[in-house]
Amino acid sequence: MEETRTTFEIPVGPVHPALKENIRFTFRVEGERILGVDVKPGFVHRGIEYMGMRRNLIQVLYLSERICGICSISHPIVLVQAVEQAAGIEVPPRAQYIRVIVSELERLHSHLLWAGVAAHELGFDTLLHLSWKVREAVMDILEELTGNRVDYAIPIYGGVRRDISPEQMPKVSEMIRYYRGLFEELSDTFLRDPSVEARTRNVGVLEPEEAHELLAVGPTARASGLRKDVRQDWPYLVYGDMDVRALTPEDHGLEVRGDVFDKIVVRLLEVAQSLDLIERCMEEMPDGEITSFPKLPALLAHLKKAEGEGIGRHEAPRGEVIHYVRLEAGQEGPSVWKVKAPTYSNLMPWVPMFEDQEIADIPIIAASIDPCMCCMDRVHVVRSGRPEEWTKQELLRRSWEKTRRLCG
Amino acid sequence: MILKVLMAQLFSRPVTNRFPAKYMPRSVTGFLAKVGQGKAKLVPPVPVPKGFRGKLAYDRETCIGCQLCIRVCPASVIMFKPETKKIRIHVARCTFCGQCVDVCPVDALAMTEEFLLAAYDRFDPSLIVE
Ligand code: SF4
Ligand code: SF4
Repeated sequence: MEETRTTFEIPVGPVHPALKENIRFTFRVEGERILGVDVKPGFVHRGIEYMGMRRNLIQVLYLSERICGICSISHPIVLVQAVEQAAGIEVPPRAQYIRVIVSELERLHSHLLWAGVAAHELGFDTLLHLSWKVREAVMDILEELTGNRVDYAIPIYGGVRRDISPEQMPKVSEMIRYYRGLFEELSDTFLRDPSVEARTRNVGVLEPEEAHELLAVGPTARASGLRKDVRQDWPYLVYGDMDVRALTPEDHGLEVRGDVFDKIVVRLLEVAQSLDLIERCMEEMPDGEITSFPKLPALLAHLKKAEGEGIGRHEAPRGEVIHYVRLEAGQEGPSVWKVKAPTYSNLMPWVPMFEDQEIADIPIIAASIDPCMCCMDRVHVVRSGRPEEWTKQELLRRSWEKTRRLCG
Repeated sequence: MILKVLMAQLFSRPVTNRFPAKYMPRSVTGFLAKVGQGKAKLVPPVPVPKGFRGKLAYDRETCIGCQLCIRVCPASVIMFKPETKKIRIHVARCTFCGQCVDVCPVDALAMTEEFLLAAYDRFDPSLIVE
């Protein structure tokens, strides 16, 4: 009998129960084994930058907060950095510390949220409920410090909008103690649980070279052993004084394998790192002003006069986020605003991660980069009401055209 | 390890606050009416912290009609009423950023602790502050 091997294509998405957001995977499979994958994003573009260019900069700040519901301080923090650079605005030291504290609180809640999602993808819902129960402590602190559980509305050009009062300090310290006390238990349940290990060890491996070549960012890159972290490589705010180090599984005494298990390890280590950072910031935070523009009309007037361009970058919980803005005098909003969210860089690493894996591992591998599709979808080409695709050649042609145009 | 946590959980109170009642009533409004008549008991919500950003409160008398709040509001929540030179706030659209409160030169705006704002109609009187 002649042996025939048939490969099938399984589409997953754009709308699929295994995915939290819209994206389309087309898996080429042979039996249970995945031979290759084609990833097609572009289903959740919202045109936020376009909206931003028609509003004044204060309004844009709250729009940027809504690029991502989980990184709801990462985007505003980058935007204010870019605008401050463009408009030449100084930020008082105390405000910088507060920005770092809220950013690290965000990392805490985001990683705990991810831990729960990952456990759920594995079918370990007990662990999901446990992680999310534990996460409430940081959500309460965020609410205490900012007034909102999500979308904290804290940064503003030139500083922050709320100070941390002396009465609030002990509450934050108590939260740090609570998590430190739980840390052993948490790492025990995640890292020494046989079912978690069985489902994540050697699953969705991203080799260090692949991570490097495909420009992975954030915990996805660090789990493959790349010591890559914006806070370490390009310090901003007060991160330079904090000696932040990019953490890899080696810091937990493990050999780097780049699999899903390593991604859990890195995120757990970062939870501990964020706790240390918050504690240090609270100790070292100087007294003083929290904004260089206490009067908002003065800020609006300054921004309207400003002319220039700026770039902001920040290590969001999922990796590097970048905003670029250009301001023109006489214009209240940015004349150009460009956003790059971390998931954009972590899409291509999916391809080697899925290769040679089983169909049942699709949800956990997809979740392992902690994707955020609607943050990542930043461009959509529509012509006469129909979506259009641009190939590499087309993009190259346009790039050449631009050079020619600029050089006359 | 996890088993120990789970066993302990069996004997401790649930983490979730069972607001508004131990078992979700079929109709919340009906249930709240009963609470008003003293026929049912309300499980109170988790208290909100100081500085919570809830439904806006507006002091019409103090307002000078400068429209600064309208200028900074990111969600077009606030409307100007030229006849009276006062404002109307459509809370249904509010994002609770508190920027209008910060910008108001005479402190005519404030954020309250009210957060139960669900209604079937976005123009419900409970969602319009003026
Ligand atoms: S809180 Fe924010 S969204 Fe709500 S009315 Fe004030 S400025 Fe507008
Ligand atoms: S900013 Fe204050 S004073 Fe001015 S219109 Fe708004 S509520 Fe009235």
